[in-house]
Amino acid sequence: MTRSRRSYEGVAVAVPVTVPYQRYSTHGAHWFIGQAMEVLVARSGIAKDDIDGLTVSSFSLAPDTAVGVTQHLGLSPRWLDHIPTGGASGVMALRRAARAVQAGDANVVACVAADANHVESFRQMLGGFSQFARDASYPYGSGGPNSVFAFITANYMRTFGATREDFGRIAVAQRTNALRNPNALFKTPLTLEQYMAARPISEPIHLFDCVMPCAGAEAFLVMSEERAKDHGLAHVLVRGAIERHNAYADDPVLVRGGWRVDRDELYAQAGVSVDAIDFVQTYDDYPVVVMLQFEDLGFCDKGEGPAFVRAKALTHDGDFPNNTSGGQLSAGQAGCAGGFLGMTEAIRQLTDEAGDRTVAGAQIGLVAGFGMVTYDRCLCTGAVILRRSA
Amino acid sequence: MTMPLMKPRRKNPVLRTRQMSLPPSARGRTALGMTAAAAEGRFELQVCQRCQAVQYPPRDACHRCLSSNLTWTTQSGTGKLIAETVLHHSNDPFYRERLPWRLGLVRLDAGPTVIVHLHGDVASAPAKVRVGARLDRAGAAVLIGFPPEESEHMADDKMLREMASDPKFRKILVTDGKTEVGQAIVKALVKAGAELVWVGHAEPWKQLGGIDDITALPRVALVPLDLTNGRSVTELAGEIGGKVDIVINNAEVHRAFGIASRRGIDAARAEMDINYFGLLRLAQEFGPALRARSADGDTHAAAWVNLLSVYALTNFPPHGTFSASKAAACSLAQCLRAEMRPSGIRVINVFPGPIDDEWNQNLPPPKVAPVALASAIVKALQEGIEDVYPGDVAQEWLERWRDDPKVLERELAAGG
Repeated sequence: MTRSRRSYEGVAVAVPVTVPYQRYSTHGAHWFIGQAMEVLVARSGIAKDDIDGLTVSSFSLAPDTAVGVTQHLGLSPRWLDHIPTGGASGVMALRRAARAVQAGDANVVACVAADANHVESFRQMLGGFSQFARDASYPYGSGGPNSVFAFITANYMRTFGATREDFGRIAVAQRTNALRNPNALFKTPLTLEQYMAARPISEPIHLFDCVMPCAGAEAFLVMSEERAKDHGLAHVLVRGAIERHNAYADDPVLVRGGWRVDRDELYAQAGVSVDAIDFVQTYDDYPVVVMLQFEDLGFCDKGEGPAFVRAKALTHDGDFPNNTSGGQLSAGQAGCAGGFLGMTEAIRQLTDEAGDRTVAGAQIGLVAGFGMVTYDRCLCTGAVILRRSA
Repeated sequence: MTMPLMKPRRKNPVLRTRQMSLPPSARGRTALGMTAAAAEGRFELQVCQRCQAVQYPPRDACHRCLSSNLTWTTQSGTGKLIAETVLHHSNDPFYRERLPWRLGLVRLDAGPTVIVHLHGDVASAPAKVRVGARLDRAGAAVLIGFPPEESEHMADDKMLREMASDPKFRKILVTDGKTEVGQAIVKALVKAGAELVWVGHAEPWKQLGGIDDITALPRVALVPLDLTNGRSVTELAGEIGGKVDIVINNAEVHRAFGIASRRGIDAARAEMDINYFGLLRLAQEFGPALRARSADGDTHAAAWVNLLSVYALTNFPPHGTFSASKAAACSLAQCLRAEMRPSGIRVINVFPGPIDDEWNQNLPPPKVAPVALASAIVKALQEGIEDVYPGDVAQEWLERWRDDPKVLERELAAGG
């Protein structure tokens, strides 16, 4: 008999930090991590030496790993983790940090994600992203994840009758949200007509289905609820969290993600039903993935994603707010920081830091992660339910 | 249906000749198993010897039962196209210059899902498809989704032509026209649609049978070429080197001697002079221009073919010095292949068993007919195969050599 999961009771998440994104930057990942740490320390009032736990998520840190970062920044943590799992890194970092805090292995964990973006670095990263990518996907047109998600999107459209307009609704709503996020790279409105008229990238994927790679960092602190209160930090509480890797490996093509395996436990652990969620921060490397999350996290049934997005308003002031920061599609994808974007945005929403894109009255938010296209699908899924602190 | 390739227009001499950029060629050591099979024209995937699971991408352990006992095994390649995409953007210069590019996601009947380059004749998903492995321009194996039924012009598919060195509309040098093999190669090339075949003729004063037959063919021209003479090779390269798209080096000297059966080294030296140094002279003179034109339009320079011998693998003592010269040539051909790879020129090594010609008169059948050898060469060009072992003897020797080269050596020392 499997033991039920221990709760995340008493764990607080605080101090959401975004180091502003830049399309290209000559700075390396260490620079962005340093900037994030500086702001974490300044805004939390917690001394650098009192940060005794660290997780680092980055694709562009080589030849370093997290341990190199400790010496680079003069940190001496007693708990350390390296989590370069892209879109799943935010959820995974939070889960690990929360358990470290509960166990007493660390008092304050800084979770940092940062990536550089030089003119050449995206192409170089694609070719060496994974062993399977090097051997079995990159040599086929070198489109990176675009062609893999083109397959997944095409199959989804054929199987469930989704149209490009359905995906367009997701992208357009996120752009509307992004216009109220000063950190978003995209500053001009996007209409459905513009979305539909965009040039093809890897059919049926068109320009506005793709994220823009950029440089930047996202970070937050994890500590006990008491400690957050002692420091007077606005914080949110972790109610439930799941992750799953390489789920449904026998499916010929990705039509469902690992959230589906664990979602009942997620809601049970959080003690809430799906209806109680006030907003979602989905992982949005491509709109089809957002639709999969709506289904696999239980907001609608499999195949009902298209009808769901037709029926719902996805903007911050709509009846189903999704990616209120604009998401990666409109804010930009700063490598692994893309996996933290939903987390920092959810913390902001639940601590009244979201400015004029606030979801009114939000008490509970869900953040989902999706990471690592090593070959023909994304392998890592995760989700966290966060609640406003009383 | 694939539209037949039309004869390309003459090149505008004012324009810069496009330089080659290769598709991504990095592969892990395990994945090179697929390249090794594709180099001989086979599509193989790893099969677990414990649980029979077929897997892809290549791995170091079975993803079902964790056994490391994985054997590369020939696949039928039948499967279903799940989804396709047409790529309009690529991060790689090779593909960027060749967009749009069609790709498919295929569920093989054998189990794995594979990403393939998709032939234009494959119907929209869901559709039946046959997957095969080919070497791409970088010499690395890639999977191709073919239509389940052959069609007349399917080899003219733009993607597929990138994987091959089809003689169609190409200008080809065959280095020796006086042998039956050389003449059979010329005829096969003309039949395959070659634009022009230059045929080397070392001793024009010698009246040899068959030369008139091939020079009567359309688009065939005799050229003086003596591979023992550096000046002769240089002069011909100066004249036609910038136009040749495919070099087929079939010139060879073959004498049936071992060490003790003939005094002195004159016969052995003559063999080395053509079989080894001849290749070296030819490669030094024709190689650079071939490399420089490897992305020059639809009928760019494409391939280099060496006629070696299966005796290059292990010495056949009754033809001992010939075997040694072919082993030397084989080694040099591997060097040539490595030097040609960055330009995307395919080096094809042909390892026939005994050819049915005058120098193998005393050997019993089976022997490779010159016509069969010629068609094996054309097929290798058309299908992008890198190592060819024509004939039953070559196939059997290869199998025995793969099994245990030492055992084969002992068997050959004992007479076969």
